[in-house]
Amino acid sequence: MSFAQNPMSRSFKANAGAALRDRTLQRAMGYLGFREKRLEAVARLPEFEALRDQAREIKNHTLAHLDFYLEAYEAKVLESGGQVHWCRTPDEARRAVLALCRSVGARTVTRGKTMIGEEIALNPFLEENGIQPVETDLGEYIIQLRSEPPSHIIAPAIHVTKEQVAETFLAKHAAYGKTRLLTEPREMLEEARGILRDKFLRADVGITGANFLVAETGSSIIVTNEGNGDLTQLLPKIHIVLATPEKLVPTLEDASTILRLLARSATGQEYSVYTTVSTGPRRAGDLDGPAQYHVVILDNGRTAMLGTEFQDMLRCIRCSACLNHCPVYNAVGGHAYGWVYPGPMGSVLTPSLIGVDQAGALPNASTFCGKCESVCPMKIPLPKMMRHWREREHEAKLSPVLARWGLKAWAFAARRPLLYRAMTRWAAAILGALGRRHGNLANLPLASGWTEFRDLPAPEGKTFHALWAERGR
Amino acid sequence: MSAREQMLADVRRALGRKGPLDAAIRASLETRLKGHKPNLVPRRGQVRGREAIEAFVRMAEFSLATVKRVHGENEVPAAVADYLKGQNLAPRLRMAPDPQLDAIPWGAAPMLQIARGKPDPSDEVGLGGAFAAIAETGTLMLRSGPDSPSTLNFLPETHIVVVKAGAVLGSYENAWARLRQAQGALPRTVNLITGPSRSGDIEQTLQLGAHGPRRLHIVLVDDGSESGRR
Repeated sequence: MSFAQNPMSRSFKANAGAALRDRTLQRAMGYLGFREKRLEAVARLPEFEALRDQAREIKNHTLAHLDFYLEAYEAKVLESGGQVHWCRTPDEARRAVLALCRSVGARTVTRGKTMIGEEIALNPFLEENGIQPVETDLGEYIIQLRSEPPSHIIAPAIHVTKEQVAETFLAKHAAYGKTRLLTEPREMLEEARGILRDKFLRADVGITGANFLVAETGSSIIVTNEGNGDLTQLLPKIHIVLATPEKLVPTLEDASTILRLLARSATGQEYSVYTTVSTGPRRAGDLDGPAQYHVVILDNGRTAMLGTEFQDMLRCIRCSACLNHCPVYNAVGGHAYGWVYPGPMGSVLTPSLIGVDQAGALPNASTFCGKCESVCPMKIPLPKMMRHWREREHEAKLSPVLARWGLKAWAFAARRPLLYRAMTRWAAAILGALGRRHGNLANLPLASGWTEFRDLPAPEGKTFHALWAERGR
Repeated sequence: MSAREQMLADVRRALGRKGPLDAAIRASLETRLKGHKPNLVPRRGQVRGREAIEAFVRMAEFSLATVKRVHGENEVPAAVADYLKGQNLAPRLRMAPDPQLDAIPWGAAPMLQIARGKPDPSDEVGLGGAFAAIAETGTLMLRSGPDSPSTLNFLPETHIVVVKAGAVLGSYENAWARLRQAQGALPRTVNLITGPSRSGDIEQTLQLGAHGPRRLHIVLVDDGSESGRR
């Protein structure tokens, strides 16, 4: 299943309700250990804050001169023997990938983890065209077998319990002669490793994403912990990189600065196990590596974000810190968001990419607690941008009718101080009287959605305005 | 208009640029690209000499690599043989066809069966040489070339890397500078490796050896020479 083909963001509320009632999901999500690990890793690097500021400046500088850096990058890719395919839409990107696969008669394609592959729904498209795509990141492999989309950017199968993994492997690995129900994660890893090793060796094309594109050298950089991205790109004839323009940084030094933040913010590691810098195809005399190197640069709405109040979002390095720290994400998981990118970064990016009419519910799924912005290594003002989306949704009259009426009524009263004070005085008096016995209100007409799960503290005595006036200040 | 021209035009319009990039700005951007100016390098990456070697060992072990320090190249064969024995592995390995590794007196450990070249899927142990080692995070830098197949870093379950003390540097920036100095344009693949392969994809449980090596063993040839020199 692919959210890119079938967006479900419109039904966020229903999705979230179902997620909260899903006991298996709640058990799987349990507790995200990434948060403590991040804290420890940040504490080990006193320069962390200063590096955040520099990283933000590097990306801002790159975005402000993106045309220059795109052209400089392309020239270097060509110089090192690679090719660049410019694609405005998912359809153009899919067709570019298919043409490359067909050029070598590919039957099996291995894939390193890429969110852009999700964004363009590449796997279903390749399957329709008779090519078998094999996800090689362990988490991605598990959900591919389960026909599910990822629910987290760096831990795509975080919503799956080990019992579910065991059942999935039992059902899908019989074809390889594996017929035992496994119980330990170690056994599951070993079984998947064995099956995928064979796929790596037989693949005709390897597709990876890119964490960075380096203008200085024409290189793409990926980080993984498993090493799957490396076997994906080193063994087949063709290495295809799926990237977007905002992945650019000027130099290896700039990439190094941001890399100091990436793993630390994501998993709390000092550095990812494998950081790989790939430049062009194999060279004369090389003993291995791909004979062809192609970079697909997909726009799909990115350049339209430049110069708008959403430009800062293009600094995102997909570390997932905002997901890990979001109370909403932690409660409902990634699938409830109904599109490729979940959590706070998804709530900002998704309306940009598929429209606020489709995804307007997402920027509303926030308490504005601000944790996402405070942990973002690139200092992206996520709550501010969610507010911008709420404004746009309101202006386009896409928000619920009742909410717009309520706001209009409130605005009417707020512009008339006497009326406003009288109304708040009455409301405080009535609610105070109703709740006098228990000190709180267990249910309220028109606000049952709120009082169903908690009580409203009853007002005690006078309004703020009245108290202020009494103290003569 | 091609997709390329369209995308670049979209970028320029969004950035509010009417004509071509101002010549002075272009020149400054080109200078920035060629300048390789490091940004802030954390203090722990600014170490040299003995301090860098000690930090490298500490951080490599923190990343779950194992480190054996030997005092000269002549001790490397025995260190490798002992390690394989200790891990209950057969004394067979695939070695990168690197003249610097060839210079090690392997005959001192005659039980080791060494094949040179790129790995076969059946090879269980791979041995290569690091171009640089980075103290800041205990990271190895290996580069591809006729003497260094990159698949050797990933296919065998056990990866042994020989690091000379002179290759130990403080920061990534130091390593990039040395690589540019050594060979100008980048090789096809530069692998920065920090510990053995791992995955936490099943219930956030850390497992080593996901697709790459389950063990990363570093033999550090610490012959008393200064780190940062070759």
